[in-house]
Amino acid sequence: MASITLNKLVKRYGNGKTVNQVIHSVSAQIDDGEFVVVVGPSGCGKSTLLRMVAGLEEITGGEISIGNRVVNTLEPSERDIAMVFQNYALYPHMNVFDNMAYGLKIAKVPLVEIQARVDKAAKILELGEYMQRKPRELSGGQRQRVAMGRAIVRQPQAFLFDEPLSNLDAKLRAHTRLEIQKLHRELGITSLFVTHDQVEAMTLAQRMMVMNAGVMEQFGTPEEVYSRPATTFVASFIGSPPMNLLKNAPDARPGTIVGIRPEHLDITATGWALRVDALEMLGFERLVYGRWLHGAGNELVIVRSDETQPVPGLDTIIHVTPRADRLHTFDAATGKRL
Amino acid sequence: MIERRPGLTVLSHLILLLGVLIVAFPLYLTVVASTQTSEQIAQSVPMSLLPGSNALQTYKTALLGGTTAAGSQLSGAAPMLWVSLVTALIIPLGKITMSMLSAFAIVYFRFPFRNLVFWMIFVTLMLPVEVRIGPTYEVVASLGMLNTYAGLTIPLIASATATFLFRQFFLTVPDELVEAARMDGAGPMRFFKDVLLPLSATSIAALFVIQFIYGWNQYLWPLLMTTNENMYPVVMGIKRLIGGESYTEWNVVMATAVLAMLPPALVVMLMQKWFVKGLVDVEK
Ligand SMILES: Nc1ncnc2c1ncn2[C@@H]1O[C@H](COP(=O)(O)OP(=O)(O)OP(=O)(O)O)[C@@H](O)[C@H]1O
Ligand SMILES: [Mg+2]
Repeated sequence: MASITLNKLVKRYGNGKTVNQVIHSVSAQIDDGEFVVVVGPSGCGKSTLLRMVAGLEEITGGEISIGNRVVNTLEPSERDIAMVFQNYALYPHMNVFDNMAYGLKIAKVPLVEIQARVDKAAKILELGEYMQRKPRELSGGQRQRVAMGRAIVRQPQAFLFDEPLSNLDAKLRAHTRLEIQKLHRELGITSLFVTHDQVEAMTLAQRMMVMNAGVMEQFGTPEEVYSRPATTFVASFIGSPPMNLLKNAPDARPGTIVGIRPEHLDITATGWALRVDALEMLGFERLVYGRWLHGAGNELVIVRSDETQPVPGLDTIIHVTPRADRLHTFDAATGKRL
Repeated sequence: MIERRPGLTVLSHLILLLGVLIVAFPLYLTVVASTQTSEQIAQSVPMSLLPGSNALQTYKTALLGGTTAAGSQLSGAAPMLWVSLVTALIIPLGKITMSMLSAFAIVYFRFPFRNLVFWMIFVTLMLPVEVRIGPTYEVVASLGMLNTYAGLTIPLIASATATFLFRQFFLTVPDELVEAARMDGAGPMRFFKDVLLPLSATSIAALFVIQFIYGWNQYLWPLLMTTNENMYPVVMGIKRLIGGESYTEWNVVMATAVLAMLPPALVVMLMQKWFVKGLVDVEK
């Protein structure tokens, strides 16, 4: 097991006029045994980052170390890591056993040892009865487990996952999420997990790296990212419904944005005055969409209330009070937290 | 067809039967003729459509040669069948090996002028043997490859069809599979052997059948470049039996034709099974 260090990592595609910078100087330290999730919207460079760590993509600038070894120029197989691909990338003509054993065979691990390691992985992943099957004779979930098994048998320094759950249905995804957590507890192998799903990120991560357009916006525990978002992007990306980012709040200083999560606004007798614009009844929660009574533009304020509260009528006026310790302030120009 | 009209059914069956007849009748004629004696064929006009009783004798002559009743001296087809078999095996095997490797290089390696190389190979699609037969003969002759297996096969091995086919197939192999193999530590040739080769099994089988028949049926090229009787393929042998300086023994001609038809038919039949197996077993 080992830590992974990214030092001013840069990735550019193309050259000259067509240059396209995809990763902008990302630095981060992933500790030994830590489970880190990289999360961000589509196209923000998550996969590129992961693939650079894997050695499948050339590094334009900066340095990647695994353990204490700079791996920039090492082949993927020499980096002592294992990767689980989004589409699993199982060898279609090999059965489950051979799929898992292939890497070990190439590494010339003795046959007895291969057998033992594959058996152990199969047991952990409950794949025992499928060992002779070909990938196409397996369900999506089973294929996913084989892909994990292939990573496990390598006993690598680190696991890399590129959206491994995105091809599973919602129920199986939730289940597999728990399995991955359990697996990480048992094996304690440093893991880098890419996803665009914030629920996946929040539940799996010990620390999460929020990316936007090739920039690492924040790197911290899910708790930190939720309660102290470093930028307006993080504030709006994490949390559902997203945080209210208000330019026109009554007590806002000019040049700043006030952030408050819908769940931290309470309907009270006095406070910010809103006209109710729309209502969404979601069973356990209600979302009230209001507009400023003082008429500042089209800014919407989302308030989350629950069934214990009375339902405000459309077009009525309500008052809300933000919880003081849950207010965030951001610089309007840079989007950075103040 | 969704409509079910009896008239239409009868008509389509008639057309199909006619088609079968057109294809099968000459074949039947060939087989029947090969069982008769040459006098029988020559004397009864039109030829009898019932099998004769001379089959054993005719085939023996056709295969091993000898002196016929009419007194003509015939050389047997056996050595020619062997020549044909060897060429028809070398051509598909050589072609598959070469084209797989070149397609592998073109698809998986980044080297200077890669596209140019591909287009150069592609352009040769427009130059089948028949078109470049003159210059090819010159080259083969000056390399001293006349009357050799090398001369019979190499010019036919060089072709773009198979390269193109494998290139298209390799392009459909998902990139993730290549990357997974890289993560597993498989070098290029290892990946080729362990992943691409098994995945290509079906294409290989298909190509083998097509190219075997192509190689077996070569006529013009061997005609040009073989002067030694030991290097004649059987297709040429048939031609030589007809209208030579001596009297044409039609029963022997027909028997040789039947013999020449058997190996390709056999290959198609055997490989067909393999096709299906390949189709069932391998999937991307
Ligand atoms: N080979 C390439 N050449 C040029 N640009 C590329 C190449 N590969 C990726 N990109 C660009 O890099 C950016 C990041 O791509 P990447 O695949 O890392 O996104 P991602 O965050 O994984 O998105 P997703 O969630 O959709 O998988 C994208 O804008 C993409 O267009
Ligand atoms: Mg991606």
